[in-house]
Amino acid sequence: MKRRNFINYFLGGSLVGTIIAFLYPIISFILPTKQTEAVIKKITAAKLGELAPNMSKIFKFGTSPGILINTPDGELRAFSAICTHLTCTIIYESDTGTILCPCHNGRFDLSGNVVSGPPPAPLESYNVEISGDDIIVSKKA
Amino acid sequence: MKKALQNIYSYIDSRFKLSSLILFAKKKKVPEHRYSFWYYFGGICLFLFVIQVLTGILLLLYYTPSVDSAHESIQYIMSQVKFGWLMRSVHSWSANILIAAIFIHMFSSFFLKAYRSPRELTWITGFFLLLIFLLFGFSGYLLPWNELSFFATRVATDLAGTLPLIGSQIKSFILGGTEVSGATISRFFWLHIAILPLLTIIVLGIHVLLVQILGMSTPIGLGKKKVSEVPFFPNFILKDSLGWMLILALIGVLCVFFPWEVGQKADPFAPTPLGIKPEWYFTFMFTTLKIIPAHIFTLEGEILAIFGFMIGGFFWMLVPLLDRNAAKERKSPVFSTIGWIVFLYIVVMTALTYLLPGL
Repeated sequence: MKRRNFINYFLGGSLVGTIIAFLYPIISFILPTKQTEAVIKKITAAKLGELAPNMSKIFKFGTSPGILINTPDGELRAFSAICTHLTCTIIYESDTGTILCPCHNGRFDLSGNVVSGPPPAPLESYNVEISGDDIIVSKKA
Repeated sequence: MKKALQNIYSYIDSRFKLSSLILFAKKKKVPEHRYSFWYYFGGICLFLFVIQVLTGILLLLYYTPSVDSAHESIQYIMSQVKFGWLMRSVHSWSANILIAAIFIHMFSSFFLKAYRSPRELTWITGFFLLLIFLLFGFSGYLLPWNELSFFATRVATDLAGTLPLIGSQIKSFILGGTEVSGATISRFFWLHIAILPLLTIIVLGIHVLLVQILGMSTPIGLGKKKVSEVPFFPNFILKDSLGWMLILALIGVLCVFFPWEVGQKADPFAPTPLGIKPEWYFTFMFTTLKIIPAHIFTLEGEILAIFGFMIGGFFWMLVPLLDRNAAKERKSPVFSTIGWIVFLYIVVMTALTYLLPGL
């Protein structure tokens, strides 16, 4: 290799290295830092008797919302309140007895299955158990 | 007094060479023909951008970008600060009119084939300006931290998250985490007042410079007899400023009779309100996402829709390079038809959002 070429490669490489050395901390600064969150698997969603039949309640499950529904038959069911389409928070429609995502009109039945609209998958369902006065909702294993 | 003003002018002129600029403006000619009306929308966009900058700078005095105080600071601006309601309403209304003016400017340039050689870069920079201003609208929409903007951001960022391979990284970068949160407001604020204005100055600078260098395009097929020329200064600029005054009057009327709403403060654990929809200029995509089936063959409908919009946008950007007839000063009915299809698609989907909300 000629001396001139070596100098060109050396200086060119140094320039690229310098640019990377400047860019790396900037890009690292811009990217969000990973935050570790406590994984919550079980929560008291409501008190017994708090929900009349055909009523629902949105509760906080860790960092996301969940929905507890007391069906017209008086059965308690819980799901993730995040629509499987584009993550809007769903609501329970008592007059139709279905779960609705108001963003794109996706509809689910009381088992969390898609009835109509664009959601590609059923809602994540949770276990519901009663412990004393508390309605406990837990993630399925 | 007159002499004093003349002295001041000659002092400035000898340093900034203003007379050469005025001479350039006087020498510069603008074509005039039966489609000249559409030229004025470029100037209207520029005027509205200036209003955005000025009112945005004023709003910065009182706005606080955090979950706890963003909504409260907007309420404070609207109810306590003198003329706060006016400044914020002017900012919001002119932003919406600006997007509409950009769409009009884009479609009129498209149908008049103003993108043809040598103005390909003017079209491409214009396309990037449209994207930048849509991002301005999107980032500014979240800043009041109300429930509509919260869920609109959630849906839009989740759309980005559905992209294969890099989707989750993009979503996390935009949100500053996994959820729409305080970090998201900070990022959107940073984007809205620092990054996008910087990009705008660069791209808009190139766009306007190209217009100055290349002049304005005349439509294909208009013979020289049908096209006359008027001086840019003062003829064209005076007509331009008449348009600005009309727009300013429209903004004033809208702000007085329809001040921009503050909305309910966002609650991440509240159900999504019924009838939710994004800003009008995103509703054609919103309705597409509503009506597209969950699965088409083995692909998820929403991913297919996103790819459709991305490929469509890319095609739209490259139109000057694809339309060979227009480049040779020949009529190109195929591209005119494509333009009408795109235009009608946007209009029909937008109208459906408002006319058939339960679709």
